Amino acid sequence: MKQFAELFMNLDRTNKTNAKVELMKNYFLTASDEDKLWALTLFTGRRPSFKVNRTQVKEWAAEEADIPMWLFQESYHSVGDLGETISLILPRSAATDSDRSLTEWFDYLHALPAMTEGEKRTHILNAWAQLSKHETFVFNKLLMGSFRIGVSQTLVVRALAEATETDSNVIAHRIMGQWDPSQTTFEQLILDKGENDNASRPYPFFLAYPIEGDISGLGNPEDWFAEWKWDGIRSQIIYRNNELFIWTRGEELSTDKFPELHFLSSVLPNGTVLDGEIVSYFDNKPMPFNVLQTRIGRKNLSKKVLEEAPVAFIAYDILEANGIDIRDWPQSQRRAQLETIHQNVPGQSYFNLSPLIDFKEWSELHDLHPLSRQNIAEGFMIKRKSSTYQVGRKKGDWWKWKINPLSVDAVLIYAQKGSGRRAELFTDYTFAVWGEDKKLIPFAKAYSGLTDAEIGQVDYFIKRNILEKFGPVRTVKPELVFEIGFEGINESSRHKSGIAVRFPRILRWRKDKKAEEADTLESLKGILEMYK
Amino acid sequence: MATSSLLQFTGKSIYCAQAEAHIDPWIPVDRAIITHAHSDHARWGSRHYLAHKDSEPILRLRLGPDISLQTVEYGEKFVINGVVFSLHPAGHIIGSAQVRVEYKGEVWVASGDYKLEDDHFAKPFEPVKCNVFITESTFGLPIYKWQPQQEVFSEIDNWWRQNKNEDKASVLMGYSLGKMQRILKNIELQDHVLYAHGAIYTLNERLRQAGFDLPELTLVTKETDRKLFRGALVLAPPSVDSSTWIKKFAPYSLGYCSGWMALRGAKNRRAVDQGFVLSDHVDWPDLNTAVRESGAEKVYVTHGYTSIFSRWLNENGIEAGEVHTMYGNEDENEEEEAVQDNTVVPNEPGQ
Repeated sequence: MKQFAELFMNLDRTNKTNAKVELMKNYFLTASDEDKLWALTLFTGRRPSFKVNRTQVKEWAAEEADIPMWLFQESYHSVGDLGETISLILPRSAATDSDRSLTEWFDYLHALPAMTEGEKRTHILNAWAQLSKHETFVFNKLLMGSFRIGVSQTLVVRALAEATETDSNVIAHRIMGQWDPSQTTFEQLILDKGENDNASRPYPFFLAYPIEGDISGLGNPEDWFAEWKWDGIRSQIIYRNNELFIWTRGEELSTDKFPELHFLSSVLPNGTVLDGEIVSYFDNKPMPFNVLQTRIGRKNLSKKVLEEAPVAFIAYDILEANGIDIRDWPQSQRRAQLETIHQNVPGQSYFNLSPLIDFKEWSELHDLHPLSRQNIAEGFMIKRKSSTYQVGRKKGDWWKWKINPLSVDAVLIYAQKGSGRRAELFTDYTFAVWGEDKKLIPFAKAYSGLTDAEIGQVDYFIKRNILEKFGPVRTVKPELVFEIGFEGINESSRHKSGIAVRFPRILRWRKDKKAEEADTLESLKGILEMYK
Repeated sequence: MATSSLLQFTGKSIYCAQAEAHIDPWIPVDRAIITHAHSDHARWGSRHYLAHKDSEPILRLRLGPDISLQTVEYGEKFVINGVVFSLHPAGHIIGSAQVRVEYKGEVWVASGDYKLEDDHFAKPFEPVKCNVFITESTFGLPIYKWQPQQEVFSEIDNWWRQNKNEDKASVLMGYSLGKMQRILKNIELQDHVLYAHGAIYTLNERLRQAGFDLPELTLVTKETDRKLFRGALVLAPPSVDSSTWIKKFAPYSLGYCSGWMALRGAKNRRAVDQGFVLSDHVDWPDLNTAVRESGAEKVYVTHGYTSIFSRWLNENGIEAGEVHTMYGNEDENEEEEAVQDNTVVPNEPGQ
């Protein structure tokens, strides 16, 4: 655990990519195979659950620190992270010499679900007593299934590839999909040269970069395909060994969530992997993302939900055909293969091809681009005809050309402290527009989009202009104006404003505007009418 | 609070009406008693100042050489209109003092900023018995528990040593007044040339001229050969991390000494390579000790976690109230100061 906690702290401290890779590589070269597997589990975002109740853990920690619950909560608000708060308030233990390895601590944690409450309490207090401050912090993250670390999958793959002297594409593929650290070994998962026996395993997605400058900079239009950029859930559909698997971009196996697509198991040839977008679909045309949103996250897909928000798959690539990995074929050849497969599939209302846009000159795309929203698309995808299917976000062959988001100027009215990196700073803002009778009506919460320096300035203003406190929320003197961008807009009965916007974010700080000059609810409703 | 209180909180100062004297006023007044020379406590424009004698060099540097300033020793009594005042060590920075105010048998202590641990430069804090204690609460949450300073200083020593092995400069940030002298008195100086930013250099020179035992620093200028920074320790105020000034030290490792470094979020936000948890304010356990040892029946809590700490005291049988003051922004003032010093000592290429 010492070694892993140290790795975590060191990774946390640096924001230099090479240093991070070096640290992880060192870990992969020196830790035991068991520990490596657990580290990998955590680094790839897999968080085993041990069925502990956070409220109880808080209570135990407060008791142990001999402070009342309200003071614990205030401390928590200030720190912004529960595991860290606990590690800071616990009395410093005298003996912090546990030699338990990461794996042994996981074994220790695995005992928890079967315990009674009293046993759980003793078990956890025992652990805290043996661990140093940093180790307690990491332990808490494992305990509560909240382990997160600022390293991308790409970096983990790079470190592991360097440490094991294996091709990074191979590593990327091996750590995807479903695997359970208690059912496999590092050897089996990473080092086995044999063909993978895991039929469900998806390929890493190839991701596009936003286009830089004007599209004409891409050169000869003949070398490129253009498609609409669909606004749905990026998905991979796999049919191998007579079994269908649907993976979504978040690396989630979601086969059960899309019963409309299950027919594909009877029509696709064995050994097929398709890449595309799952969108909601009505009368042979895609619907805005918010229709799809009504069924995401639902455990039970009732008949009603399925009727109101049916989905379809829009395919735009094929990665495996007849059981053979064809990612190194050129885009044009994969496209032809995809079209062949599509032609042979009946029931095409649920399985669609993303149409190629016919264009000879870049100017034609310029003319079409403003029609994206009408086509329920977010803009264009531009793909080089000769390109292979690569791993992760790579520059050069796949570009996304997105439409500008919708935007309004709004006033900051509520603020709340952030967490993690932004604890102690007011970084979570609620914005309002002017309603009737000169009242400010909140319509969106947004976090990102400001530079650290701007966050500092806004924080400085907020701390000196607090009007009221409601728990962690502060009412702020309505003075600062920001341009808020969003991707979509919809009616909503749950919001005071009567509208809900999708992906709101701060585009810029309008220091040139006074609060009175911010937009009105009327103007928001106008946008709603336009895009309904 | 009744207006007949010995000390009153006007929002702009802590005011003693009987003596017509203000403690740490934010507005120009006739008579100002200064707890310490940090710029959120020692403000310009008052007609007469009174402070501990060790504060004098800095006060004259910051408020002007010609201010009307009377200085006293710790424990020395001075009487204004029947009110007996005396200053007592607060252990915060050089010359920092708690102000003891006695009138008709009632004793109030305004402690300014303070810490209990002996930093080997400022005179260590001495508890003063009183009826009413006015305390800061900068780190008034149970998450703040400082480790013994030797541990922090050996972390700094190790960090410097490791950077030296990697042929990197060690750029160490901290408040120029207080933190830097504390660092210089406690780390292993190893007979090396120590480089300093103008803000720190000026202050250090001033203190040395005044007779304080501090090592000589070398001012970083435009002309300084950059090769000399390899393996060297460079002392800088906290504002330099976003400046172009710092680029000349590359390759370097950036360290920051501050109590705020106790939190991961704060550490990551500053984007420093090493956070050293070192504060000149009391932590939670020492705050409680100080309140207990003052023996006060009533406590006023100023700048910091005022509402939280006063609630905690009230629940633990000590009557407490929160007071809004203008103190507690050393950080901002430090940045102003650094900018000013940069204009005095122009060492920014191209600015």
